Parts: sequence; structure tokens; C-alpha cells
Amino acid sequence: MKHTATIRIALRALRRNKLRTALTMLGIIIGVGAVVAMVGIGAGAKAQVEAQIATLGQNVILVMSGTTTASGIRTGFGSAGTLKVEDAEAILREVPGVVSVSPELRAAMQVASGNQNLMTQILGEGADYFEIRQWPFKSGTSFTEQDVRGANKVCVIGLTTSRTLFGDADPVGEILRIKQVPFVITGVLTPKGMSMMGSDQDDVVILPYTSAMKRVMGQTMLRGMNVQAASPDVLLQVQDQIITLLRQKHRIQPGRDDDFTVRGQQDIAAMATEQSKTMTILLAAVAGVSLVVGGIGIMNIMLVSVTERTREIGIRMAVGAHGSDILLQFLIESITLSSLGGIIGILLGILSSYLLSTISHWPTMVSPASIVVAFLFSAGVGIFFGYYPAQKAAALDPIDALRYE
Amino acid sequence: MKPLIQLENLVKTYQSGEVEVRAVRNVSLVVEPGEFVAVMGASGSGKSTMMNTIGCLDRPTAGRYLLDGVDVSALDRARLADIRNEKIGFVFQGFNLLSRTSAVENVELPMLYARGAKSPRDIRARALAALAMVGLADRAEHFPNQLSGGQQQRVAIARALCNDPSLILADEPTGNLDTRTSIEIMGVFQKLNDSGITIMMVTHELDIAAFAKRNIVMRDGVIVTDKPVERRHFAAEELNQPTAQPNAVAAA
Repeated sequence: MKHTATIRIALRALRRNKLRTALTMLGIIIGVGAVVAMVGIGAGAKAQVEAQIATLGQNVILVMSGTTTASGIRTGFGSAGTLKVEDAEAILREVPGVVSVSPELRAAMQVASGNQNLMTQILGEGADYFEIRQWPFKSGTSFTEQDVRGANKVCVIGLTTSRTLFGDADPVGEILRIKQVPFVITGVLTPKGMSMMGSDQDDVVILPYTSAMKRVMGQTMLRGMNVQAASPDVLLQVQDQIITLLRQKHRIQPGRDDDFTVRGQQDIAAMATEQSKTMTILLAAVAGVSLVVGGIGIMNIMLVSVTERTREIGIRMAVGAHGSDILLQFLIESITLSSLGGIIGILLGILSSYLLSTISHWPTMVSPASIVVAFLFSAGVGIFFGYYPAQKAAALDPIDALRYE
Repeated sequence: MKPLIQLENLVKTYQSGEVEVRAVRNVSLVVEPGEFVAVMGASGSGKSTMMNTIGCLDRPTAGRYLLDGVDVSALDRARLADIRNEKIGFVFQGFNLLSRTSAVENVELPMLYARGAKSPRDIRARALAALAMVGLADRAEHFPNQLSGGQQQRVAIARALCNDPSLILADEPTGNLDTRTSIEIMGVFQKLNDSGITIMMVTHELDIAAFAKRNIVMRDGVIVTDKPVERRHFAAEELNQPTAQPNAVAAA
């Protein structure tokens, strides 16, 4: 028998029972819709994290004071100053593959300009910092190497700081007072947005680290440093060499813990994606369960349908249908149910992830791959859960089937 | 000419729980092409079992069955289905039409399962021709529940005809019909038989059996009577006698 005829027979049977068809599909619709939306949310979150990690700069290694001891006690990286400027210089000088190093100090402080003031993040950095983090200027320029050497009273501010203190006016050349010390603003940075921790990276004032040490914070120990490697290939190697070098310089005995922490960008990315991966797996599991439940719904209805139509099956067999024709007919019915449900579910999933991103501003990203997978999975559910009822129909004895009331 | 149906020592036993039921015991029967046979017998006499075997719906436990010279007693399910499709048309007591399916689509059904590919247009044309043959050309798009019993049985006959079978098997075709409609259906059968189609029909009613050419009576799994009909009824004549069945005019 021609397959087109079988398909027509199957579709006609589904059309006859519209309500039942719709209700049966509902399980698959919800399952597939959930899968598509969940994967969309997961992918969106992942893309966002990746974008945030990219804001760190390229091939960046963070070295921070303090460490986690073997006993698990954190001495709080960044707080206990164990890194010195000489360490930064040594790394730049002695570790091959290091392009530049920016020593870093950090403090939260009140800054003021005119009659406006603001509590903000003060960063002391090297002149290379903006290069390392690939942070372009909106207006003005960076402070120079000269400024760093001379501990000059200059600074660069983030866009949030600029907006708060100066409104829409261009603040380059204006005076900013930190601890009553006047700094000249040399540049305003383009916005970078939220950091992974959720703080505003643009709410910041960046000074030469020497100026921060001498004029604002009154300390010589570093909170950490940003190291830029030449290429992604040497990152791990550079990371290892920094550790060896710093252990040597700090005279740490073998077996003792480091008094600093070295983190590559990859580590940070891995940590962040690990979280979103866990989330995605969890959501996918929930969605998978609903797909299985939908599949069982299809199997149930197909079994009812086979019983109801026993006589019809008998008639078809009497006039010459093979068991395989009957099998195909019922299999096509269940595949149609599940894949039609799958298509509707996909549309629903796309719609709901679109709504989520517009209403609650979650980043969502529905990938074509997830749509294809969802569709194939739903068709697979139809075959898997439709096979048993179809097989049951095909195995009927025509005499019994014809006699069935 | 080789016989159309040739049963040789046919035996069919069923396992019903612990008990072995011998439904057909050693039946031998020859039906030549062009015959019109009525099979009678009480329920349990084995006639349905024999008819199922002749209809290739069932296989004999022992003995041989040659249909059109071909031994079909050992064929598998799929081959039997093909033989049913090509050579046999079925007419049932309960009509067995697919509900919510139009008359013409019901008639098309066996052609959809035919092994030789026919175009949908061909199939439709043949179905309409078969409906015309049973006098229902104007009811092609009606659904079974819009047709009278007699009309439904005609649709079933058209369905049995559409693959040009050499044999029509009818299982109490008039069992659900009133007398006048029954005679009309017999008229259709006699017309088909005159055109060369062999018909085997199970019936309980003696006067319906009288429309056939040959009567067989079964009892306890064996044929007890097998004789030609002496005073054969002709539907065309009976329907022309206005006084014959005054109560059944409206039914057709």
C-alpha cells in the first residue's frame, strides 16, 4: 500500500477526534515548550556570563593577595597585603610571555566635585590597565607612565561616576576631590556594565597606583595585579611561572600554602559556566520528565484508540491490509500527534522565552540546534510510545477483530 | 476447468481452555466457478469456521485448501492478506462499513491495500463504477449513518466487488434486513452470479437459501446435506409481485 494513503488515513483519524488529539498533544506541547524555553534561558545566561568574562580583558591573569589555606580558612584575598610593587615588576621582567602588568589597589571612598559627592570604588592601577582590560575611552585619554612614576594627581572615571557628578557635561579637565586631594580628570571610560558579581563596573575612579598609595590610601602593599599574557596558548604556563616566581620571592617553604591567589580567565569562566550548566541540566531534567509524561499520555490514548477501533482494524485486515500497514497507520498517528505537539511546543517555547526576555529582562537565546533537538526528541517520543499500541493493533487476529463489539 | 474452492479433509480444532473443540471435522468440498452456494446450519455447526478458512482469514489445523488451484493452507498472514485482497470479497451481516467515512471511500478501501499501485483517480473511478453497479451512484458522498440498511449492504457489496474478486463470501448478508430489502440484496447477488462471480453465503433462512443454486447444511462440523436447489427463487420475479411483501415497501 502506498504510504501517502496510510498517512491520509492516519490524519483523518486524528481529525475526527479533535479534542482528544489536542489534549493528547498537550503533554508534548508543554514538554517541548519547556525544553526550548529552558535551554533558551540557559544559553542566554551563559552568553551573558561569557560577555562579562570578556570584559575582564584578553588573556588576563589575576593575581591577588591572600589565599585559601589548606584547612579551608580564607584569609580574604585582596585584603591582607602580601604583594608588593617589586613582585609586579619581577613578573613583568622574569616571566616569559607576560606582556604587561598593572599593580592594583582598591578602596571604597567618598569623592566630591563642586557640590556633588559620591561613594565610589577607587582603583589604583598602572598605565597599562586600560589596555589590559580592553577598556576604551569615551572622551579624554588615560594617565601616562609619567603620571605613574610621578604619582601625579590625575584620574580616569567611569561613566556612572561621571553621570552622577557631572550630569551630561564632559568632565575631562574638571577637578575631583578624593580625601580633600584634588585630582584632574584626564578621561572618561566607555561603559562596561555589570560585573559577574553584579556590581556596576562603571561606578569607579581610577588613579595611578602610586598616587593611590601615597596620596589617598597611605599603604604600599598591593591588593593584587592584572597580568596580561601574550596569547591564550601560554596562559597556563605563565600562570604556573608566576606561582613559582612569587613563592620564591616570598620564600614560601615547599608544602606551605601560597600567600597569594592566581586565577586565569579560564578558571573564572569555568566557575561561572559551571553554575549555569548545573541550572541548565536541572531545567532540562524537569523538561525531560514532562516529555516522558507526555509520551505516556500518547501511549495511553493510542491504546484506547486501538481498542475502540478493533473492528475497523478487522475490516481493514479482511480486505487485505497487512499487519505492517496497520502498524504504520497507528505509528503515523502517534508520530503526527507528537511531532505536531512538538512544533506547537517549539513555537510556544520561542514565544515564552521572548516574553521572558522582554518582560523580566532575562537574557534568552533560542538556538536552532535546541529547536531541532526538541523536534527530533518529540518525534522520537511518538515512535517510542506509539510502537507498542501500533504493534498490538498489527498483531490482532482479523476474525476476532471483526467479531469485536 | 479447475474448481475454485477445493477442501480436502479439512480439520479445524480450537483449544478452549482445557477442552479441545473440533469445529470442523474432515470436510471435503468442491465449488466450481460460477456457483452460488448457500451454507446453512445451527450455530456451532462449524459453518463459520469453514467460511473463515475459505475466506483465508484462518488456516486449517489439518487437510488442504486449494483456492483457484493454489494451496493456501500453509501461507503466512501477509500472503493470506494479499489473497483476500485480490480474490475474495467479503459481505458481512453487520455491513462493517467504516463509520464517518463516505460510501465511496469505503468502497475504495480494498484498492488502497492492493499491491499493484493504482492512481487515486483510477481508484475513485473504479469505486464509483462499483457503486453504480449496485445502484448507489447517487449516494457516493453519503456517510453510512445517512444510508438505510439495504443501502449500507449495497455499499459493502460494492466494496467486495471493486478488486474484481473471483469469490464473494457473504456471512448472513440479510440477517439485519427486512424481507423486501433482503430480496433486493439477493437480486444483486443473482445479478453478480450471472456475470460469473462465484458466491458463497451463510444464512439461517430457508427462503433466502432458495435464491442460491446449491444448498449445503452443516451439523457438528460435518456436511450433512449437499444438494442443488430444486425450486430456485428469482429476486427479479418476486419483486415484481406487488402482493408479495406489503409491509416492507418503505425500507429500501
